[in-house]
Amino acid sequence: MEYTLFIVLLPFLSFLFLGLVGKRLTPRAAGYIGTVVLAISTCLSYITAWHYFTTAKVDGVFEKLTPLNFTWLNFTEKLHIDLGILLDPIAVMMLVVITTVSLMVHLYSVGYMHGERGFQRYYAFLSLFTFSMLGLVVATNIFQMYIFWELVGASSYLLIGFDYAHPEAVAASKKAFIVTRFADLGFLVGILILSFYTGTFDFERLTSGDASLFAGMEGLSFMGCSVVSWALALIFMGGAGKSAMFPLHVWLPDAMEGPTPVSALIHAATMVVAGVYLVARLFPVYYLQAPDVLVLVAIVGAVTSLYAAIVACVQTDIKRVLAFSTISQIGFMMVGLGVSGMEGREGLGYMASMFHLFTHAMFKALLFLGAGAIIHAVHSNEMEHMGGLRKYLPITHITFLVACLAIAGIPPFSGFFSKDEILAATFHFNPALGAVMSLTAGLTAFYMFRLYYRIFWNKASHRDHAPREAPGSMTVPLTFLAAATLVAGFIPFGKFVTSDSAEYIIHLDWTVAAASVAVALIAIGIATLFYRRESPIPDRLASSLRGLHAAASRRFYLDDLYLFVTKKIIFNGISKPVAWFDRHVVDGAMNGFATLSQRVSYSIRGFQSGQVQQYVMVILLGVLLIAVLALFI
Amino acid sequence: MNFLSLFVLVPVLMMVGLFLSKNLTQIRAVAVTGASLLLALAVGLVFAYLGERAAGNTSEMLFAADHVWYAPLNIHYSVGVDGISVAMLLLSAIIVFTGVFASWKMEFLEKEFFLWFCLLSTGVFGFFISLDLFTMFMYYEIALIPMYLLIGVWGSGRKEYSAMKLTLMLMAGSALLLLGILGIYYLSGATSMNLLEIARTGVPAASQNWLFPLVFVGFGVLGALFPFHTWSPDGHASAPTAVSMLHAGVLMKLGGYGCFRVAIYLMPQAANELAWIFIILTGVSVVYGAYSAIVQTDLKYINAYSSVSHCGLVLFAILMLNQTAMNGAILQMLSHGLMTALFFALIGMIYGRTHTRDIRQMQGLMKIMPFLGVCYVIAGLASLGLPGLSGFVAEMTIFIGAFIHQDAFHRVFTIIACTSIVITAVYILRVVGKILYGPAADHQHIDAGDARWYERTSTIVLILAIAGIGLAPLWISDMISDSLLPIVQNINL
Repeated sequence: MEYTLFIVLLPFLSFLFLGLVGKRLTPRAAGYIGTVVLAISTCLSYITAWHYFTTAKVDGVFEKLTPLNFTWLNFTEKLHIDLGILLDPIAVMMLVVITTVSLMVHLYSVGYMHGERGFQRYYAFLSLFTFSMLGLVVATNIFQMYIFWELVGASSYLLIGFDYAHPEAVAASKKAFIVTRFADLGFLVGILILSFYTGTFDFERLTSGDASLFAGMEGLSFMGCSVVSWALALIFMGGAGKSAMFPLHVWLPDAMEGPTPVSALIHAATMVVAGVYLVARLFPVYYLQAPDVLVLVAIVGAVTSLYAAIVACVQTDIKRVLAFSTISQIGFMMVGLGVSGMEGREGLGYMASMFHLFTHAMFKALLFLGAGAIIHAVHSNEMEHMGGLRKYLPITHITFLVACLAIAGIPPFSGFFSKDEILAATFHFNPALGAVMSLTAGLTAFYMFRLYYRIFWNKASHRDHAPREAPGSMTVPLTFLAAATLVAGFIPFGKFVTSDSAEYIIHLDWTVAAASVAVALIAIGIATLFYRRESPIPDRLASSLRGLHAAASRRFYLDDLYLFVTKKIIFNGISKPVAWFDRHVVDGAMNGFATLSQRVSYSIRGFQSGQVQQYVMVILLGVLLIAVLALFI
Repeated sequence: MNFLSLFVLVPVLMMVGLFLSKNLTQIRAVAVTGASLLLALAVGLVFAYLGERAAGNTSEMLFAADHVWYAPLNIHYSVGVDGISVAMLLLSAIIVFTGVFASWKMEFLEKEFFLWFCLLSTGVFGFFISLDLFTMFMYYEIALIPMYLLIGVWGSGRKEYSAMKLTLMLMAGSALLLLGILGIYYLSGATSMNLLEIARTGVPAASQNWLFPLVFVGFGVLGALFPFHTWSPDGHASAPTAVSMLHAGVLMKLGGYGCFRVAIYLMPQAANELAWIFIILTGVSVVYGAYSAIVQTDLKYINAYSSVSHCGLVLFAILMLNQTAMNGAILQMLSHGLMTALFFALIGMIYGRTHTRDIRQMQGLMKIMPFLGVCYVIAGLASLGLPGLSGFVAEMTIFIGAFIHQDAFHRVFTIIACTSIVITAVYILRVVGKILYGPAADHQHIDAGDARWYERTSTIVLILAIAGIGLAPLWISDMISDSLLPIVQNINL
């Protein structure tokens, strides 16, 4: 299956080509080149998926294939960075997800970004991102993953700041890069610790279940936790940064300053699930060596999920609502992994988490692209400038509704199946956690339908001219993704992707399913009551819960806290004193030393006067002094 | 005539050519020819070296030659290269080549400028090919002295102060160094000042303990060792573009190379015993330099402090005394040399258009000079360690190598040094955001225009080198790593 190399390589070539000669091309040509190259990549990854899932099964278990692996850099005899391609069920699934969503976004952008300055540059960056993301998922070792991890971070930085004349976009891109960089520091230190004791970066060796690899770490602990837990927790910190887990999520809502298709691709469907993918990739290590860290993963996921759902209920910018809903849904995936076991039926959480990743990528990309079509039509992100759009944007309306139903977890839309599995696994693990997640699922249905009604129903805001439906290049991806959202739930996912690569037959847990559907329906009902027509209830509710409402609107003051830490502590509290110290103390000492030597030489230069009398005088005094000393000592 | 001696001969011939040339065109012709010749020589040397190694030549130094120079003191003119010096020579040749193009528009005493520039290059190349301690020291001084004039005459701002400060501090370092070198020679009982011979006879362990700090600090001053780094911000800020490039790009590497080739190689026992003091100092300077860079407002100061941080990492890695970390140190020297040269070249070009280096007075330059803007972003990404560019390769090799130590001390300091990757991102993105992005504020800058062909040549060559190392690091890393083996064995004896 060597041709899989081209899936990764083609977008890179397209990046180089568009980056170097893009300016000489017309925008249209650049867009088509990017899209066509990606279409080839997409076809190849579909072929790979078909090929892999039909042939790679040996004794009922999917094998890990490594069609390509070469040494890129040697460190020590044991440690070396390889670049290569590792195919296993999750990698193949991710290839399909990434290329599909990326292709949709490429196509959609031809219409959405039409007439934008730097259109060629935009496509070059999209290709770079796709390349990095594909390289990340097929990584054969943790260091290759780190390499591409950094590259996706950089391409995300470039794309958020695409409109660099806007100060908000520049600030958002900077924030995103630095927050994730901080998390990556944890990732890096985690890799250092893990590789130091195990002597390998290789995923296949790490996840083989071979306990002797970790023998060196046995019995070692630091601050009450074993070293292996520290290493894996630090690696998870990297994942939490990229996947916008609480409290490292602050960059994601701001990242919505980027072009909307970019938000769909990077900040909803692909890059932000990299953290989930990382935990899934190392899942056997987590499960066997540090189950305590898995509990941490579940708790962080649940806290994030609930937090983001609450905040999403009061946002007014439609992209921010979607951003918080993304954070919340990724929380669900993390919880799924955190509560999962390894073997057979215990592995439900893992399977569900991957399933949710898959369905979420489709319906969230659809939501963002739909939001893009709406913004395109009304030229605003704010909900108050919308309302009553269902008559003007029929295709967008229907597809958006499909996505809303999917995320709310209404059967037969895809989100129902995957979310329900996560809830079942969570209830099985711990009923309290399950209750929290059910509550979150209810909130999800509520804020999504709040969004839906305020955009498409409710009172229409005043407009100068009627909004128009988006062009074909934009509605085709919408329709495609809506279709995918409709059918994705019926994919027998357990046949393909499971924790132990053996088949898992999904049985719907009807009690959980019925309860969660009931919760979702109630939440939708409330949203209908509040927002379908103009109603005084939401405002009254907001004023009676004033404190909570204000806190949620300010995202529970986390951004302010970050600002305080970076501006007041790091900039004013550390850097300025350090710089002052350098100029005035260290350099001052050097200058002082120079001044001192100058003074000394001024004061002793009198000795070198050239006057013979003075010299004779000094000699005589000296002789006298020596004589006196000789006499008395 | 030894092949390596050409590296010294070419700059000398360039000086003769410059002396004879009558106008700017001839000066440029001589400079470009000479610099291209040097670059070709360096590339040729890489291939010749790899060819010899592939053919199975395992001697420690290749292309060696030895002539007695001054018999009474046993001073030889002795040259030879291993993988490390080959890498350094390649770096120097690239920087000299791009430096010539960066000073294309020199408008004041051009001939004299290039004459001193060539003298400086002579010293640099001579230093890297020398195997004899005394000749090495002599070339070191040849490289330092032109710096005083180049900054003092062609500089800007407080140039006299900076030139004086730089020269005095480096000369103080040289004094320690001379003492150290003489001590090594006499106490080792070797019959010549040849490095390899002294390494074989060895320096008595008792004297190593006072010789090692002398030599390490002596070279360390040039390698921006905290707290002797303060010449660097002022010196860089005042120096003209090409001099900053050469200074940060190559001259500071003389310090790192010397620490490694003389201090560690000849005095391994003392290195083992005393390394902890310098690990603390360099560990501090890695983080300290990065924090200082965050609040600077002058572009050159930002890069000078960033150099303190990155060069601190070089010395830090050398002191880890194992093959991987040292390999990282050499890679970091290469990578930092190329990156800073690119930064200083770009700052010079931007300054030539905006007439300010204050980041508060610039905005939206990306729209006005897109080529320079993109290059600056690439340099920034390389500096913050983006994979695919050289900085990542070097830093990761250092971190992995430094973390191999069993004891907690080394590993704690490695983690401290690792935190610099975040701080670096902060100051790099701050500058990029401030000067390149946003709306174009100052309309005076709008007519400034983008890079001219000679500026493009200079930046493109540097970017190609940075990306080349970043994308395919294996050959150079293996070349350096093989050459480190005898040195590491010497340490572990």
